[in-house]
Amino acid sequence: MSALVYLIPAALFLGLVGLIAFLWALRSGQFEDLDGAAHRILLDEEEEESRKGQQNKK
Amino acid sequence: MAEISADLTSTSKPAAEDRATPPLCCPAGMAVELAQIDDSGLRASDFAEQLRQHEDGSESLTLVVQNLHCPSCIRSIESAVEKKAGLLKARVNLSTRRLALRWDPKQTTAEPLLAAVEARGYHLVPLDPDQLESAEAAEGRELLRAMAVAGFAASNVMLLSVAVWSGLAADMGPATRTLMHWVSAMIALPAVAYAGRPFFRSALTVLRSGHTNMDVPISLAVILAAGMSLSETLRGSEHVFFDASVMLLFFLLIGRFLDLRLRGRARSAAENLTALKATAATVVSADGSLRSLPINRLKPGMTVAVAAGERIPMDGEVLSGRSEVDASLLTGESLPQPVREGAAVYAGTVNGGGALRIAVTALPDESLLAEIVRLMESAEQSRDRYVRLADRVARLYAPVVHLLAAATFGGWLALSSQPWQDSLMVAIAVLIITCPCALGLAVPAVQVAAVGRLMKQGILVKSADALERLAQVDTVVFDKTGTLTRGCPSLQNGATVDPALLALAADIARYSRHPLARALGRAATGSGRNLTVQEHAGDGLSTEIDGKTIRLGRRGWCGVDDGSADAAMELWMSGGDFAPQRFTFNDAPRADAAEVIAALRARGIAVELLSGDRSGVVGQLAEDLGIDTWRGDCRPADKIARLEDLKAEGRRTAMIGDGLNDAPALATAFASLSPAEAADVSQIAADIVFQGERLAPVVEAIGTARRARGLVFQNFGLAMLYNLIAVPIAVAGFVTPLIAAAAMSGSSIIVTANAMRLNLKSRSEGA
Repeated sequence: MSALVYLIPAALFLGLVGLIAFLWALRSGQFEDLDGAAHRILLDEEEEESRKGQQNKK
Repeated sequence: MAEISADLTSTSKPAAEDRATPPLCCPAGMAVELAQIDDSGLRASDFAEQLRQHEDGSESLTLVVQNLHCPSCIRSIESAVEKKAGLLKARVNLSTRRLALRWDPKQTTAEPLLAAVEARGYHLVPLDPDQLESAEAAEGRELLRAMAVAGFAASNVMLLSVAVWSGLAADMGPATRTLMHWVSAMIALPAVAYAGRPFFRSALTVLRSGHTNMDVPISLAVILAAGMSLSETLRGSEHVFFDASVMLLFFLLIGRFLDLRLRGRARSAAENLTALKATAATVVSADGSLRSLPINRLKPGMTVAVAAGERIPMDGEVLSGRSEVDASLLTGESLPQPVREGAAVYAGTVNGGGALRIAVTALPDESLLAEIVRLMESAEQSRDRYVRLADRVARLYAPVVHLLAAATFGGWLALSSQPWQDSLMVAIAVLIITCPCALGLAVPAVQVAAVGRLMKQGILVKSADALERLAQVDTVVFDKTGTLTRGCPSLQNGATVDPALLALAADIARYSRHPLARALGRAATGSGRNLTVQEHAGDGLSTEIDGKTIRLGRRGWCGVDDGSADAAMELWMSGGDFAPQRFTFNDAPRADAAEVIAALRARGIAVELLSGDRSGVVGQLAEDLGIDTWRGDCRPADKIARLEDLKAEGRRTAMIGDGLNDAPALATAFASLSPAEAADVSQIAADIVFQGERLAPVVEAIGTARRARGLVFQNFGLAMLYNLIAVPIAVAGFVTPLIAAAAMSGSSIIVTANAMRLNLKSRSEGA
């Protein structure tokens, strides 16, 4: 049963990380526009930016 | 008169704006008026009150984007401004149709930013920052935070509880079990204290006023379960209910949050509307210069310039200019009325092809539009508050639950020889079992499934109880223009006209945005040749072909005066080497109007037609569509009166309308629907807004509402059945935390799965 000494805190810690991440997302307004967020992923970035990105890679 | 160049780029505005702006919009006419104003967009004076300064020196402004409706607009707007120097933030919110801008005033001002967005064809209206932080938005965030905490606690406590339950059968020692219980307590107690607040607050409020609702047994169960579990942990006993108390909260918060989101959409739309009312008007000063002034600062006697295609800001009298005014949203009249010097015009109507100067005659609060808004508000106040099904069930259910738990406690105390703690634990088990998530989820789960299903078909449900009300409707009252009909005329005699003449007419007509000209343009493709067309406001269009002046327009103006005039909408074309040609138009009913009316009848729903249009036109349409009960020439108050009569007869009415003049009626009716092209006020007043050319969404909405109601009752039945089985077990004292957890999640899953059937069933129907 000594494993519990690590496992319970580890489980709680991971859960807390998730909770804090969610609360942070909520605070920074990521749940304000659920419809827009669903579509934003499909929008293309500006072409200039992507070209710049390619140049940087080279 | 404005000369229209043959360059079509000036008339071909982005399709997006085409739909959002009123149908009458002649850019050429506007150019004349705008040439005198240096800048057509928003000026600093328009949004000085809405501007907000921040502590770090930056300034921000939130605007309603009136014609934002598709996801690609996000990119289009944001990319218009994001390269500007000094911009700190530009974010479009698609759900609320708003744009939030933040910039550094040292490097830039708002005007170039707004101008860049407006240059892409978007119409911006500043929003009052005081409206942004509404109580309901804060409530939504609080619920979401509470839900996150409850979810975190539920998953972790359940992790520990499962270990205990499986350990009980194996070899877990009492010391380990107590350790697990203590860890659970440390997670669950703060979580209950935090996540339970929405329920505790509501329960306290209700108890103070001497009533009871579902939140009372929920709060009682959660607090008692957590409290007793703590004392059981101190005693080192086998069973604790920490998992049950946080899981109960988690499930119920999900239901609560879903419910709130449904209401949130209506709220943001209402806020946007308030912003629209505050748009600016262009005032002509005594020295002839033009300046922009918010509408609420207009005073009688001021002169206002209204460009072609603009909405008329205030009731007034025309000083100069000739044009047509489209009052379809205000009165239901389908054809624009010509106006000239001395004519009265009303706020909320849309100016047609010519620029006008108007003398303001009424104060903002006295305009016809304000009168309609007032009628609507009073109708909303007088509408009986609908008590939602879940609340009605709770009203019956909550006292029963309390009595049952109290009786169990008393019975065990009297009959058993065990310590009182055990009797209390049994009573708590009864509370946990009886006020389960099943009832809390029974209604929201079905409603979310129903609303999601309707949303996919372009039907927006704006209030949470709209579906419940719609399911009980037995009479549907239609408006005519824009509801039963498309709201725009279409060519009637196209088949009998010489195709060459029709093509010529279409060529000329495409230079105008008058509804009849547009109807011609739709009916025929034309040859696509370039012409130099002049628009004569109130009369028609003229062009020169091979040295001959060809006129397309009003009967008298085209030189036809044979006394054959009738009520039909018409255009004449004359001047060439052909006999004057007549084009007739009618406001055609939507393609599936007759089907929809038949389908409503088949469901046992009576259909009526109330319109502000002329009785002759209304009667003809009623006859065509097979509607027996109809009335024309209805003022807004007449529509309300008819709806009140129907209510007095015990009917439950659904009003379907689109105009400003329908808004009070929409607010009066038991349930209301409005097409997405409707006036903003009507969309706010309506419970449900549907998109698309067809009227079928009305049938679909009523059908789904009725199925949803059926499923809600089934869910109540399931919850009751579950109680009949589980309550005796709980009262007998056989419920362990494991059984409680299994029963609770089991019943919740069954109820939710039953709600999902709403989608399955309809798919097999092929509807």
